[in-house]
Amino acid sequence: MTYIEDNKELIKEVLDAYPEKAAKRRSKHLDVYEEDNSKCGVKSNKKSVPGVMTTRGCAYAGAKGVVWGPVKDMIHISHGPVGCGYYSWSGRRNYYVGTTGVDTFGTMQFTSDFQERDIVFGGDKKLAKLIDELEVLFPLSQGTTIESECPVGLIGDDIEAVARKKADETKKPVVPVRCEGFRGVSQSLGHHIANDTVRDWVLPKADEYRKLPEGFEPSPYDVNIIGDYNIGGDAWPSRMLLEAIGLRVISQFSGDGSFNETVMTPLAKLNLIHCYRSMNYICRHMEEKYGIGWLEYNFFGPTQIAKSLRKIAAQFDETIQANAEKVIAQYQTDMDAIIEQYRPRLEGRTVMMMVGGLRPRHVIPAFEDLGMEVIGTGYEFGHNDDYKRTEDYIKDGTILYDDVSGHEFEEFAKKLNPDLIAAGIKEKYVFQKMALPFRQMHSWDYSGPYHGYHGFAVFARDMDLAINNPTWSLIKNPWEAK
Amino acid sequence: MTENTERNLTPAITSEAGKIQDHFDLFQTDPYQDLFEYKRQFEGAHSKEKVAEVAEWTKSWDYREKNFDREALTINPAKACQPLGALFVAAGFEGTLPYSHGSQGCVAYFRTHLTRNFKEPFQAVSSSMTEDAAVFGGLNNMVDGLANSYTLYKPKMIALCTTCMAEVIGDDLGAFIQTSKQKGAVPEDFPVPYAHTPSFVGSHITGYDNMLKGILSCLSEGKKQETTNGKYNFNLGFDPYIGNIRELKRILQLFDLDYTVLSDNADSFDSPNTGEFQMYNGLTKLEDAGDSINGEGTFFFQKYTTTKTQEWIGKEWGQETYNFRPFGIKGTDEFLSKLSEISGKPVPQELVEERGRAVDAMTDSQAWIHGKRVAIYGDPDHVFSLVNFLLELGAEPVHILVTNTNEDFEAELQAVLDASPYGKNSTIWGKKDLWHLRSLMFTEPVDLLIGNSYGKYLWRDTKTPLVRIGYPIFDRHHMHRYETLGYKGALNLHNWIINTILDELDRQTIIPAKTDISFDLIR
Repeated sequence: MTYIEDNKELIKEVLDAYPEKAAKRRSKHLDVYEEDNSKCGVKSNKKSVPGVMTTRGCAYAGAKGVVWGPVKDMIHISHGPVGCGYYSWSGRRNYYVGTTGVDTFGTMQFTSDFQERDIVFGGDKKLAKLIDELEVLFPLSQGTTIESECPVGLIGDDIEAVARKKADETKKPVVPVRCEGFRGVSQSLGHHIANDTVRDWVLPKADEYRKLPEGFEPSPYDVNIIGDYNIGGDAWPSRMLLEAIGLRVISQFSGDGSFNETVMTPLAKLNLIHCYRSMNYICRHMEEKYGIGWLEYNFFGPTQIAKSLRKIAAQFDETIQANAEKVIAQYQTDMDAIIEQYRPRLEGRTVMMMVGGLRPRHVIPAFEDLGMEVIGTGYEFGHNDDYKRTEDYIKDGTILYDDVSGHEFEEFAKKLNPDLIAAGIKEKYVFQKMALPFRQMHSWDYSGPYHGYHGFAVFARDMDLAINNPTWSLIKNPWEAK
Repeated sequence: MTENTERNLTPAITSEAGKIQDHFDLFQTDPYQDLFEYKRQFEGAHSKEKVAEVAEWTKSWDYREKNFDREALTINPAKACQPLGALFVAAGFEGTLPYSHGSQGCVAYFRTHLTRNFKEPFQAVSSSMTEDAAVFGGLNNMVDGLANSYTLYKPKMIALCTTCMAEVIGDDLGAFIQTSKQKGAVPEDFPVPYAHTPSFVGSHITGYDNMLKGILSCLSEGKKQETTNGKYNFNLGFDPYIGNIRELKRILQLFDLDYTVLSDNADSFDSPNTGEFQMYNGLTKLEDAGDSINGEGTFFFQKYTTTKTQEWIGKEWGQETYNFRPFGIKGTDEFLSKLSEISGKPVPQELVEERGRAVDAMTDSQAWIHGKRVAIYGDPDHVFSLVNFLLELGAEPVHILVTNTNEDFEAELQAVLDASPYGKNSTIWGKKDLWHLRSLMFTEPVDLLIGNSYGKYLWRDTKTPLVRIGYPIFDRHHMHRYETLGYKGALNLHNWIINTILDELDRQTIIPAKTDISFDLIR
């Protein structure tokens, strides 16, 4: 049998463990990629199967944890019971610069801490009062977002009315985000809902809210960084590169972003979008409304960085293009040195990935720059357009798995025996118990940045230390014959 | 408008020493510091003077008063929600799959949170309910969910709790489980204990209580015998120190007592790496849990985590319940005396010697802690035991903050404080959060803070050294593997507290030619 057939057989075996109905549902989400077979592909953005361990989160996680949460100088209220805000408190490592608790609030948790009476009588009054209290204690906050949790949508609260009233009173933005966790099938709808609130509650008033830098003149080189959440500082090396080729980044949305940067966005000439999945909605809107084009880029690994810098520069004049070449050349020596150092230690090693928005495809070339091979990949909450884009990155025979269950992922790993698994915290220790090297690809396993040239050096180091960790060789004890 | 022209925009990849610079070093370099400064103009930021002025104001009594006037807003609470505790207790039973009925995102959060603390896999499933279930109820999700998880994960028991979504729409768990069984999702005799765990009532400790009661009532049904089984049951509550379960078992074995630990999740949260992943590591056998109804009595170490279970055991099982806090010296003394009484054996010499060693260590370093002012926060029972220990050491627990408090707890703890010369300056701050504590620590400073990892923000802001004791601890490794229970546990607690104080002294005296006069070799 060929590799492709082997893998197809493996998918069948894995599905055998399910009851019939569940097997049928899951079968549509698993496939082997074949370059010359247009029929192959996986279904995505569908409900997870009840009782089958999914890694997915909810709309609240997408709206608060991903899109709005990183906007550093606003206060994001987890509106409802205490848990959602507690579990997502400081969990995402979206770095920012600021005095926390005074002019920035990223690593704090604000909640209305619903009690039974709030469920019975509604939480609107509490919400209104809470915003008044925020104003007293945090006068430098630049506004508020209200992320509603499950009960809020079920008890019929009108958080929009509260938001309107409080925005009038405080003269600051108050954005109601209807991201109850039962909406949609994953975080993904939360991204969309949050994008829509930028469209409906922020951008229409952008001119009113905006504070222009002193002496600000629009320039043809103004761009926004969209969909970089600054995990471990990712957005900063990215910004550095864009500035190095002569562009002016007037906004980061949302990693290390401020509310003012959000309302700066309509002034840009181009939206540069890293995480397509979570932010394509607002880019499409801005294209329609303001005629601002958008361009996807990939700042993982020197091959893609160079490609992306050229692609971005091509949108501008020859000066920018010449600058891009200069920057690429400048870093070439460094990159060669990094690859020379790490590639021999990583050459031919195989990887299975399962991550969120963009990484299941975007990181593949960075692995390849190190001589590694990705043999399986999939998204927690991707859509069809993500899988389409993935085809540009993967090779024949790669296993694709959408919303992969614990069972499937473990069985695939047992059979394919990759040298590295790159997924999330919930998977990490399962695979480490199986003596499989693992790196968290959401949080960079507390390392980073991974974006840009600086990021690639860290990435290379981290993949090496995971795979060539000497403790893996200690797991088997000397007494058990096996 | 600050121009972009004079900045170094291509900083070096590696440091001068050839080291790859990650976030720790990279962002401290000049090019990145310049980037931050340049970026600031687009941020619409307040002036640095204004920020400094407001930052200073947040430290004042005026701010404290406004902060304590809050009625609607909670900031940085020291509590989680019910299902977390429910999943935690369920994981201690043999072959048990924790199951959360409601929206699916919750279970992702619980798993993540527990995993980050213990650095262990945590497996649990969800009904994955969405909009249609919000309208029609979650019955179909439960039928499918139970069938799928039963077939796929082959558990011996599924312990079912709820998210607030299922609670608000009013799903009837008992009836749903019955229907699921009738539809063949799981066999009729398959145990599916359940608990309603709305997150808008109580906290994670309430969920622990509800699930424990649910599991015991399910497993013990119809198991009552004419005579007792000669065993005692022990429950540790929402105790993140799995070393405590192992220490308890060692002590019980020294007394030669026959016992059942109700929810022995020691291996669930600290399993050996053998190269093979094992899904179930709960050590309490279902049969033993069922037979616990015939025990001689049940010991609890967290009274306020288990009020409903205890009341129920007293009423339904007609069994004696005992509350002990075997932490610190006197708490352990009392517990061991009781074990001696029920076993009819003297306290084993091994434990007597351990006591002597713990007391010896406490005496050796007592000078460094005597009279130190301490702020402490956490769950009621956790805080209670630590306060007992601090009082034994002669430290003064000045601010005692418990978000998920209750009146009985406060009254009992107040009596303990009143009885000690070191408790005279103590205040119990019930239903308050860590932002309140920040004000307390600025206006009435302390020498030491005891809390979980979230306390590090208070450490940063108030410069008060933090001893990490509690849940969660995300930023120090393996603390949970140690015991805090018994005399050995007292030694660990003592060690963490004292050496934090000594570390801090070194940090304060490390500047050459300035503070290093007191940078002592011997302390």
